Amino acid sequence: MAVMEKVYLDFAATTPLDDRVFQAMLPYFKDFFGNPSSVHEFGQVAEGAVENARETVARCLNASPREIVFTSCGTESDNLALRGVAWAQRKRHGFCHILTTPVEHHAVLHTVNQLSEQGFEIEFLPVDSTGMVDPEAVRSHLRRDTALVSVIYANNEIGTINPVAEIGLVCRERNIPFHTDAVQAAAHLPIDVLREHIDLLSIGAHKFYGPKGVGALYIRQGTPIEPVQTGGKQESGLRAGTHNVPYIVGLAEALQITKNELPVHSRRFLEMRDTLVNGILQNIPQTRLTGHPRQRLPNHVSFVFKNLDGNRLLMALDVAGYACSSGSACKTGDPRPSEVLTAIGLPEEWALGSLRVTLGRSTTPQMIEAFTGILPELIRKQRSLS
Amino acid sequence: MSGGVDSSVAAALLVEQGYRVIGMMLRLWSETGTEESNRCCTPDSMAQARKVAQTLGIPFYTIDVRQRFFDTVVHYFLEGYRQGVTPNPCVVCNRVIRWGALFDQARALGAEFLATGHYARTKSGPDGEFLLLKGLDAEKDQSYVLSVLSQNHLTHSLFPIGNFLKSHVRDLARRYDLPTASRPDSQDLCFLAGGDYRSFLERHIPESLRPGNIVNREGKILGQHLGLAHYTIGQRKGIGISTTHPVYVLDKDIQNNLLIVGPREELGSDEMWVDELNWIGKSEPAKSFRAGVKIRYKAPEMPALITLTENSLAHVQFESPLRDITPGQRAVFYQGEVCLGGGTIIKKGAKL
Repeated sequence: MAVMEKVYLDFAATTPLDDRVFQAMLPYFKDFFGNPSSVHEFGQVAEGAVENARETVARCLNASPREIVFTSCGTESDNLALRGVAWAQRKRHGFCHILTTPVEHHAVLHTVNQLSEQGFEIEFLPVDSTGMVDPEAVRSHLRRDTALVSVIYANNEIGTINPVAEIGLVCRERNIPFHTDAVQAAAHLPIDVLREHIDLLSIGAHKFYGPKGVGALYIRQGTPIEPVQTGGKQESGLRAGTHNVPYIVGLAEALQITKNELPVHSRRFLEMRDTLVNGILQNIPQTRLTGHPRQRLPNHVSFVFKNLDGNRLLMALDVAGYACSSGSACKTGDPRPSEVLTAIGLPEEWALGSLRVTLGRSTTPQMIEAFTGILPELIRKQRSLS
Repeated sequence: MSGGVDSSVAAALLVEQGYRVIGMMLRLWSETGTEESNRCCTPDSMAQARKVAQTLGIPFYTIDVRQRFFDTVVHYFLEGYRQGVTPNPCVVCNRVIRWGALFDQARALGAEFLATGHYARTKSGPDGEFLLLKGLDAEKDQSYVLSVLSQNHLTHSLFPIGNFLKSHVRDLARRYDLPTASRPDSQDLCFLAGGDYRSFLERHIPESLRPGNIVNREGKILGQHLGLAHYTIGQRKGIGISTTHPVYVLDKDIQNNLLIVGPREELGSDEMWVDELNWIGKSEPAKSFRAGVKIRYKAPEMPALITLTENSLAHVQFESPLRDITPGQRAVFYQGEVCLGGGTIIKKGAKL
């Protein structure tokens, strides 16, 4: 039996490493292996690489280098931002109110859940049926004792982009730290932390063709924050642990390439995205697009299909040669609707049948055409089973 | 795939034979809090099965059928006890879950066959008819629980280890570098998760454990029983009454909540009635035929004359009396190596 060409349409889950990034990383595994904290020249070379990377990342986000902290992933960046700021705010001012949304990634959601067990009061902002947060709602929910606001930049499940700049302005006016999880956004949107009034911003390299296992957190100068991981004095004492030099170099290189090529890819993605949305909505009955129709990530398409088990659909797609994802996807096949789909008001008979298709640099219009061609029949078959 | 030796070796054999193999595991229902010990699908066995799939280089998916399993298999089990019979839920699981949900899902994915690690064989006859044969390993033969299958099922089913002895399957597992541990050969039901079925019944159908009178055939009260579900027909130990001669559970009178006991001579019967018949062959057998009959999974096969009635029942006349004919259990019919099919025992004795 011929080996089937597999088509990867799950770029929001992770991306392959860009070869240019790989090449940039290679010298720092063996040739320049020094510890950036060491006094000698081996250390100095490594330190130089880390500081260059910091400058690159800062430039890409319109921040200054001292405002960038390297971490092990986007999740760690979220953890540091939320815990670090919450602890500092409580210690300095006794502020214990945290404002966030019900459409956050688990990295934020589960962290605030734990903070709530530790005496913080968590309040969830309302979202509309596209999963979007209204800046005015943020304004009306802010309190004197609000320690932190955290709103996802662009949602991983349904692609909706939040009005981050407006929310940032609302928080800035009250001098309340504003964090945004930009793990998905960084791969596709031009980010400007100054213009968007962002105080803390999380990214992870593997979402933009960098390596897994490295992330960064932008922390605006003057933001109250404490370390979560303690030890050595790395990263201005905010993130102890020997620097992962090749991965930090990789993150910076990947982010720079992403920023340079963003306009070109975005145009391609938008065209394919809209073809896909129209093709599927027209050809499959009982289907809804989830998330905002326009204010969404250019490479991101997500649907719900009524009366369909999303996990079974993913399996059928995988067997047919297409790797996709679903809001409720989980390897144990557990049919539970995702918090995000529930938060935007979808009833269970819709929310269980979710599908996320995310495009990447190697995606072609031919792939999208073929995918749109096979999907209706796969869904018809799966629906006939239940 | 369960992560155990049988299904793992079955998958390995198919990969070696050049099939494109997709691994699937069923997630079955467990009572809240006992998921860790469900014999079929603990997180451990799931991890094991996943590892086997990775070793073999095949994709692996888990299919969640918990709700359906509860609605069909567990419901059947509870309903049986409520009606005073001793049900065999594994047979229902094979019909509704394995060769139901799983079979349909596999076919919808475009699979030609559903393959399992059962010890049974198939053979295609001269006119394209598929026969179900006992597994080569007589000790391990599982054709009994497969007696619910149809021609369509057999046409699209493979039993790769049916031609092997268990010891050989273990050798193969070592050769393929697969886990060699098998699930304990327990008679326990997977969803009891090692717990005892009486406490399970207490939680789910407390009315089946209502105490009542123990009587003899003449209606004389000999003592008190703890609830009819505690007892099985043919049982001698643990009845809890003292008599001069040993007594056995002869019957249960659900309506009056009576446990009927008597001497050994009254226990046996050489005939019984069977309902819900399934014939595996293309056509029904003759109105009357001789076959070997198993009245439990592990019971010996006994020669009998089977007569089919107008109303789709079968009357089974054994050559000698059997002591443990148990309503609710499955009777399975054999001619030589061939499993003809089976049905549910509804009545012991001549009277319907």
